[in-house]
Amino acid sequence: MNKLMTTAIAGVAFGLTAFTANAATLDDVKAKGFVQCGISQGLPGFSNPDSDGNWVGLDVDVCRAVAAAIFGDSEAVKYTPLSSKERFTALQSGEVDVLSRNTTWTMTRDANLGLNFAGVNYYDGQGFMVRKSLGVASTLELSGAAVCTQTGTTTELNIADYFLENGMEYEVVAFEKAAEVVAAYDAGRCDVYSTDASGLYANRLRLTNPDEHMVLPEIISKEPLGPVVRQGDDQWFNIVRWSLNAMINAEEMGITSANIDSKMGGKNPGVQRFLGETGTFGEMIGVPSDWAVNIVKQVGNYGESFDKHVGPDTPLAIARGVNALWSKGGILYAAPIR
Amino acid sequence: MSEYFIRSTMLDAKQAPKSNVGIVGWLQKNVFSSPLNIILTVVGLFVSYMTIKALADFVFFNAVFDATNGQECRPADGEPGGACWSFIQVFFKQYVYGRYPTEELWRPDIVFILGAALLIPLLIPKAPFKAVNSFLFFVIYPFLTLILLSGGDFVITGFFIPFIDLFGKTQGNFIFELSIVTALICAAIYFFGKSVGEDMKSTMLSIVVVAVIIAVIGLMLSSNFGLEVIETDIWGGFLVTLVVAITGIVLSLPIGIILALGRQSKLPVIKFLCVVFIEFWRGVPLITILFMAQNMIPLFLPEGGEAVDNLLRALIGVTLFASAYMAEVVRGGLQALPKGQYEGAQSLGLTYWQMMVKIILPQALKHVIPGIVNTFIGLFKDTTLVYIVGIFDLLGTVKATIENPEWIFPLQAMTGYVFVAFVFFIFCFGMSRYSIFMERHLHTGHSR
Repeated sequence: MNKLMTTAIAGVAFGLTAFTANAATLDDVKAKGFVQCGISQGLPGFSNPDSDGNWVGLDVDVCRAVAAAIFGDSEAVKYTPLSSKERFTALQSGEVDVLSRNTTWTMTRDANLGLNFAGVNYYDGQGFMVRKSLGVASTLELSGAAVCTQTGTTTELNIADYFLENGMEYEVVAFEKAAEVVAAYDAGRCDVYSTDASGLYANRLRLTNPDEHMVLPEIISKEPLGPVVRQGDDQWFNIVRWSLNAMINAEEMGITSANIDSKMGGKNPGVQRFLGETGTFGEMIGVPSDWAVNIVKQVGNYGESFDKHVGPDTPLAIARGVNALWSKGGILYAAPIR
Repeated sequence: MSEYFIRSTMLDAKQAPKSNVGIVGWLQKNVFSSPLNIILTVVGLFVSYMTIKALADFVFFNAVFDATNGQECRPADGEPGGACWSFIQVFFKQYVYGRYPTEELWRPDIVFILGAALLIPLLIPKAPFKAVNSFLFFVIYPFLTLILLSGGDFVITGFFIPFIDLFGKTQGNFIFELSIVTALICAAIYFFGKSVGEDMKSTMLSIVVVAVIIAVIGLMLSSNFGLEVIETDIWGGFLVTLVVAITGIVLSLPIGIILALGRQSKLPVIKFLCVVFIEFWRGVPLITILFMAQNMIPLFLPEGGEAVDNLLRALIGVTLFASAYMAEVVRGGLQALPKGQYEGAQSLGLTYWQMMVKIILPQALKHVIPGIVNTFIGLFKDTTLVYIVGIFDLLGTVKATIENPEWIFPLQAMTGYVFVAFVFFIFCFGMSRYSIFMERHLHTGHSR
């Protein structure tokens, strides 16, 4: 059935009768048959169209995992690409069911906007890039540097805090657009380029000679990025949170899209619970019992998703770093399924 | 006695001095006539040379045509580099159709070809069958396009006539019901109304005809033609640019004319409504209208009700916005006509509509062709604003593909933007040249 103008004429007037307060998102989604997912309009590795026109990326995989959990079909997603300005309005107004758009989890957003962050799928943070020829090995040696950054962002404020805290001099060279900042840095108008670390990796490829530049090890701010849902629908919140947790738990248990079939009927109780062979974990959050199996089969575990979209084998070549599992030196930690 | 001389024969005409004829003469007269002009010419030539050379280098001489990923497009050390056309080639399908499914691409293709086939004869003044052609293009073609692109099979909730369509589907259809009821009432008046005059009767007859046409269209829209339904969120690229621009252009002119006439009307209510409409839509930026349509309307509508399609909301917003501007352009033309034209028409006993259609509008519209085309071109370029509400037109698609990590290289964004600029230039320049052609064609003696 085509819904292009379903109620354009009659529905506006008569749809009033269909008024129901605070409908459950899961029921709506099941009725629609797909998850409406807000993503970014283009951020390399997180959500960008591939050459066939499909949206791919780390953020997109969260949407696909939610769809796989509910419908057993990771393709049952419709994407709404959102600008950073309209992302929260779109979620609040119900245009999208879940927002998975490199959104930083902050207290203001969590408390004031009527939204809930369902977890963290990428720990980002502000970093610095310099020319190797500068001979700098740490941000603490950057006193007196000219820093290229974007105007009106938290980036600028973080730099001010950081340099003041460490008693260093600096000079800001700020531009409106990210592309201008990169061009200015490339042209040598400043010594340092600062933005979120994930952005540093993507924009490094936009430089004339990427090999002459390096990202400094220090991260000066916390930018936990994660999926967001509307406040007040705990069931839906749980589905999104546990879809993400399932991806992380799968990596921890060594379950991949390739080996999941061989894990079936095994003896490890944790894996059995994960695969839905024991317990009623799917039922608890309102999805089929093989929800986690579908997520791993169709989307992969967190590590697979990371490697496919932003990992060392991709042009972005982002190292796992803090995004490694807690058991492997990172801070990625998901509550257990039990 | 003074001597005098009278020439008795005419001198033969001499050739003009060399400095006044030929290329040298033209140059001396037009570009090297004074020291200032010499300086301006030299500077102008230099600037043009630099610009054209840089552009040609970027587009042709330094360009890469056979890369398979972004790394191969990267200019060698110290080289300025050029466009990477392989990048455009890889994503070209997306730039034209967006994410429209590959196996269904014949549908937009038919729409493109049919559109061109109907539009070109319409634009050539000498081509025959204008009436049939216009009917096909303005009435049949839009509905065909709608059904082909979206797949038809619309749910148009009806109330009281459970109706079985051509393909055996039972459903109500609001459009069908409304038009049939209207047609029946008007037909009843036509046949049984004893005291209604001849004028009224012919009006009723035309309403019946229109209502029946609308009823058929309503039926077609809700019919299932076996086409796969393609939701508008995966339309994109140039297809969306054309859909938005052509809808806006085709609808804004008639709506604008009606608004302009309404604003000049002597009936106070109509005048007031038109003024309010025009001033409201002109007073609000297009970007606000789009943003409101996209994000605020769902807040006003009841929860659980079906939402109106995103693309349709943008289309309505763009059309109303363009109509308000068009109304003011047309009003300028109406005001340019001397009062005598109105009075002459009235003294001939013409009705209001006869006067407007036969005397006033043909003259008024001809006066404002540049303004109308200006609005069209502005609208065509404004369509790129739909990107901010998540509809991927040509520019939006290009911007999104620029973020593809496989294809990141320093000049990637520039390559994309040059491509978009080129496409837009062709269309806007085409419209502009056609309007000049039309002005000359309609030239009847009072242009300056």
